[in-house]
Amino acid sequence: MKHFSQFRFWAIGLASVWLTLFVFMPNLLVVITSFLTRDVMATASLPINSDSYLRTLDPLYLQVLWDSLCMSLETMLVCLIIGYPFAMCIAQLPKKWQPIILFLVILPFWTNSLVRTYALQFLLGNQGVINNILVGLNIVAEPLQLLYTKFAVIVGLSYICMPFMVLPLYSAIEKLDVRLYQAAQDLGAGAWSRFLHITIPLTSPGIIAGCLMVLLPAMGMFYISDLLGGAKNLLLGNVIKTQFLLARDWPFGSALSVMLIVLLGFMLWLYYKAANFVNKQGGINGSDF
Amino acid sequence: MAPTFKGLKLIRLSYLVSILVLLYLPIAVLVINSFNASKYGIHWAGFTWKWYIKLFANESMMQAAGHSLLIAVTSASIATIIGTLAAVALHRYQFKGKAILSSMVFISMLTPEIVLAIALLIIFILVGIQLGFWSLLLGHITFCLPFVIVAVYSRLKGFDMKMLEAARDLGATEGKVFMKIILPLALPAVAAGWLLSFTLSLDDVIVSAFVTGPGYEILPLKVYSMVRVGVSPEVNSISTVLLMVSLVMVIISQLLLREEK
Repeated sequence: MKHFSQFRFWAIGLASVWLTLFVFMPNLLVVITSFLTRDVMATASLPINSDSYLRTLDPLYLQVLWDSLCMSLETMLVCLIIGYPFAMCIAQLPKKWQPIILFLVILPFWTNSLVRTYALQFLLGNQGVINNILVGLNIVAEPLQLLYTKFAVIVGLSYICMPFMVLPLYSAIEKLDVRLYQAAQDLGAGAWSRFLHITIPLTSPGIIAGCLMVLLPAMGMFYISDLLGGAKNLLLGNVIKTQFLLARDWPFGSALSVMLIVLLGFMLWLYYKAANFVNKQGGINGSDF
Repeated sequence: MAPTFKGLKLIRLSYLVSILVLLYLPIAVLVINSFNASKYGIHWAGFTWKWYIKLFANESMMQAAGHSLLIAVTSASIATIIGTLAAVALHRYQFKGKAILSSMVFISMLTPEIVLAIALLIIFILVGIQLGFWSLLLGHITFCLPFVIVAVYSRLKGFDMKMLEAARDLGATEGKVFMKIILPLALPAVAAGWLLSFTLSLDDVIVSAFVTGPGYEILPLKVYSMVRVGVSPEVNSISTVLLMVSLVMVIISQLLLREEK
């Protein structure tokens, strides 16, 4: 029995202690810090107040926060609009091809995203591939300014985040029951109507999961706006980084991060709502068939 | 109806292929350019190895690479040990706080990296851990851990539990069951977890940017400070090396994970 308890003790204990020390406690500290007062000497100190949250309403910051939120939301939409048909195309391939294509989609995720962002400069630059082609074909007379614009940041974020959108969408679409379509078709529903009333509602958990997995990282990837957006197009991550590493305003930086955590919580709640809805629908359909 | 169906299929295929091409095009352009003899722009001026030779002669770059490798190997190994044990615990045991442990794993995977980065920075400063090697190591283990747990756990789920019960009935201790049965069977997933952790650690920018300290430079941050200046041949070559290392690691790990099916 001694060995039993010993192995069990370590197996459970190590990870529990690690995650408590380096995930739970630090996140708690972020929340606490966000209510403290800025202190140049000690980074943050008493008294407790909500000034950092009120500062986000300051027009100066509000504009930056709004712009960064818009860029992340636009990225999410771009990923959804391109990724949804893409995931559908994968799901309709022969079964033996699907894992290969999925692997090709995941592969870039595991490679260095900083390097891939840097690589985009070759395409978007004034002397880049896209401008060379446009000028070469006489479509434009002068190279377009693509790099260091909001457009470039959204392209970069979408490029890096696309796998996060495609994977949850694929696993939702792949689960769809073909019989539902046949039934709908028999009842006279057109292709568009079937898409709107069957595909979209039943894949809504996948849509929300994909949006969550794109939107949240897209708000934090400060190096993408650094490399592609220039000084003007900031993401929330850039603001947080500046507050922590340059301005030394930890409470304000923490307050911004807490907002991200709240957004994560909200989207998880949405996800569970949608998943419950689909499960219930599935239950009813299951008993009908 | 047959021709339209065929046409639809063609559209689908070309959409698939064009998105995949877009995913890989920037990488291809970068790799090709790292062999471009021309220093400026992307006009081809002949094939050359000289940027790689320059790269390997660059002492500060090699030092940063050494630091990165040390951090990546150490953090991947520790994360793999803790993560494998945790996956076994989550799979085999019922214990108080099991739901809390698994939701902590889940939450730490979903939390945006930037939140983890500042959270770690705050606790390191509070506890008084000097920013540099140790803070980087602890940070990297933390973001690798959930990936290992998930990889090993999903392998364990496919196990035949009866075999383990039989071993227990024959008097094997839990430790023995783990070493003699669970570990050998889960080894592909454990190895895959290690490789993925290694890649994550080698490529990380966000957490590292926050918890790094002066005097301990690592490769991704060095590359980051270089690419902010713009395109340069030296960055092209180091970037290509980094890409190739991750590609090889990930392809091996995916092959290992596929074996199980």
